[in-house]
Amino acid sequence: MLNAAAKLVENIFEKDIAKKPTRDGFGTGTVEAGKKNPNVVVLCADLSESTRAEWFQKEFPERFIEMGIAEQNMAATAAGLALTGKVPFMASYAAFSPGRNYEQIRTTIALNEANVKIGGMHAGVSVGPDGATHQMLEDMGLMRMLPNMIVLNPCDAEEARKAVVAAAEYDGPVYIRFGRSDVPVFTTADSPFAIGASLPFWSPESGKPQVAIFATGSMSYNALAAARALHADGIEVTVIHNPSVKPLDESALVAAAKQAGRVITVEEHQVAGGFGSAVAELLAKKAPVPMEFIGIQDEFGQSGNPDELIEHYGLAPAHIAEVARRMVQC
Amino acid sequence: MALTDTDVAELESKAEQIRETIITMLVEAKSGHTAGPLDMADIFTAFYFHILKHDPKNPDWEERDRLILSNGHIVPVRYATMAHAGYFPIEECMTLRKFGSRLQGHPERLRMPGMETTSGPLGEGLSQGAGMAWALRQDKKPNRVYVLMGDGEQDEGNVWEAAMWVGKQKLNNLTAVIDRNNIQIDGMTEDVMPLENLRAKYEAFNWHVIEVDGHNIRAFIDAVNEAKAIYEKPTVIIAHTIAGKGVPDIEYDYHWHGKPPSKEEGQKFLKEIRSMKGKLPHEYA
Repeated sequence: MLNAAAKLVENIFEKDIAKKPTRDGFGTGTVEAGKKNPNVVVLCADLSESTRAEWFQKEFPERFIEMGIAEQNMAATAAGLALTGKVPFMASYAAFSPGRNYEQIRTTIALNEANVKIGGMHAGVSVGPDGATHQMLEDMGLMRMLPNMIVLNPCDAEEARKAVVAAAEYDGPVYIRFGRSDVPVFTTADSPFAIGASLPFWSPESGKPQVAIFATGSMSYNALAAARALHADGIEVTVIHNPSVKPLDESALVAAAKQAGRVITVEEHQVAGGFGSAVAELLAKKAPVPMEFIGIQDEFGQSGNPDELIEHYGLAPAHIAEVARRMVQC
Repeated sequence: MALTDTDVAELESKAEQIRETIITMLVEAKSGHTAGPLDMADIFTAFYFHILKHDPKNPDWEERDRLILSNGHIVPVRYATMAHAGYFPIEECMTLRKFGSRLQGHPERLRMPGMETTSGPLGEGLSQGAGMAWALRQDKKPNRVYVLMGDGEQDEGNVWEAAMWVGKQKLNNLTAVIDRNNIQIDGMTEDVMPLENLRAKYEAFNWHVIEVDGHNIRAFIDAVNEAKAIYEKPTVIIAHTIAGKGVPDIEYDYHWHGKPPSKEEGQKFLKEIRSMKGKLPHEYA
């Protein structure tokens, strides 16, 4: 059953649920943060419409900085701004930032502990028709390896807004991942959000769960849909949403793994190095249990519609449910 | 305030003391770069002892000018100059590159007060200085930003991304300085990756360009003052220097880019500096 404390929308499983891309939260969040703090500035590398940086630009034209198609300069310039008291948010596609400018991020932002917020848009295969070059699948891995770096992966546009506002208030480097395509907006203004916190979305009506599903980003909605289907089949699971990939909510995940005895991780990212790997590193130490890793299995994406690609790469609810059934039978 | 001949002579003498410290600390460290630090000693002296608004006892002073060292590998000259300027005891220079030292092989802002950025990977200083200059201008602050770069560093694409943006933004509170010593690790810059016409390149990016003898302290200070007077553009000072300046055995030789002197070489080099390149009898050196 849905966790009431998560304050999710009432029509969560209905066809008429509102859908928006999580990148919208970059636009609304930076405007909100900009109103609270005059030092918030937004940098963009010639993608202001699609990253939603233009929402901030319209509100605060004098605090919007157009960098041109130059992600390396954008990262190091953001560091310089941060060292002079600004709170810079830098926006581009994740394939280019942190894909192109990894070393600038490593040296001038992470090692330097510069108060820079990196927005990586168009992450995941759900970018769709643009194809593999633009479907960034390694960004969370790159970012979570860096000391001092926080990694956030919100599940919908509303949570993305909260992640941006929280990042502005946090003093230090933060990476936030955003998607391009429309996904259900199923959290509300009242849903809890905090850096480092997980959020239980689903738990058995009674008794012990047979599997714990840990999901991140918009995959948490698919995990919920899978949990509902599994419940109809008499299989009880928990679903824990993880907007905070680094730091992980360690105690909650360890407790859930111990309770269920089986864990599935779900992410729209390479399974190597990403969220599932982070969970495995944690559980191997503190609660070793059998695990399955749902995500991109060491391959690149391709052109297609987002739904086709989510289906093809095994990220749809039916596949998540199938993995859970198989696990329970073992 | 006008710079008198005595002032210049004092700065030149200070630069020689800094060169001695550089040689001594590199011998002690047994690793590090020699040529670049020696050839930038005059310019660092000019900055810390004349140009910069700064306070060694209060490195985070809000009103300070920002001096960004982009090519972090020449940091021994900055450490030595900062020590002579009173940021920390000169003896601490002997901890360069050693475990637990604040004097990291490449400079780290968070370890060493007064170090504006963390650098070493090339091509990033101009971007960071640009961010600082933009923020200072936005906040209507008069502080100036100086970015020191190497010439080999100009190979990096990041430099030109930054040069383009600084030109676009007309950040006239930023002055860049290029150490034009013509060497990089693999050889002469014009063999490894030709940079010329460097002046024309920066001019094409909407910069004001000044070329100066990087060992003529008065001329360098004049160039910095000229840059302050240019309102419509950022300025780059191409400082023509002699790699390894001050030690005849090192001068012009790219092999000294990335290695330290041995103990014996160090003694010889110190003697060369102290004897005014052999002009004074050795017993006084």
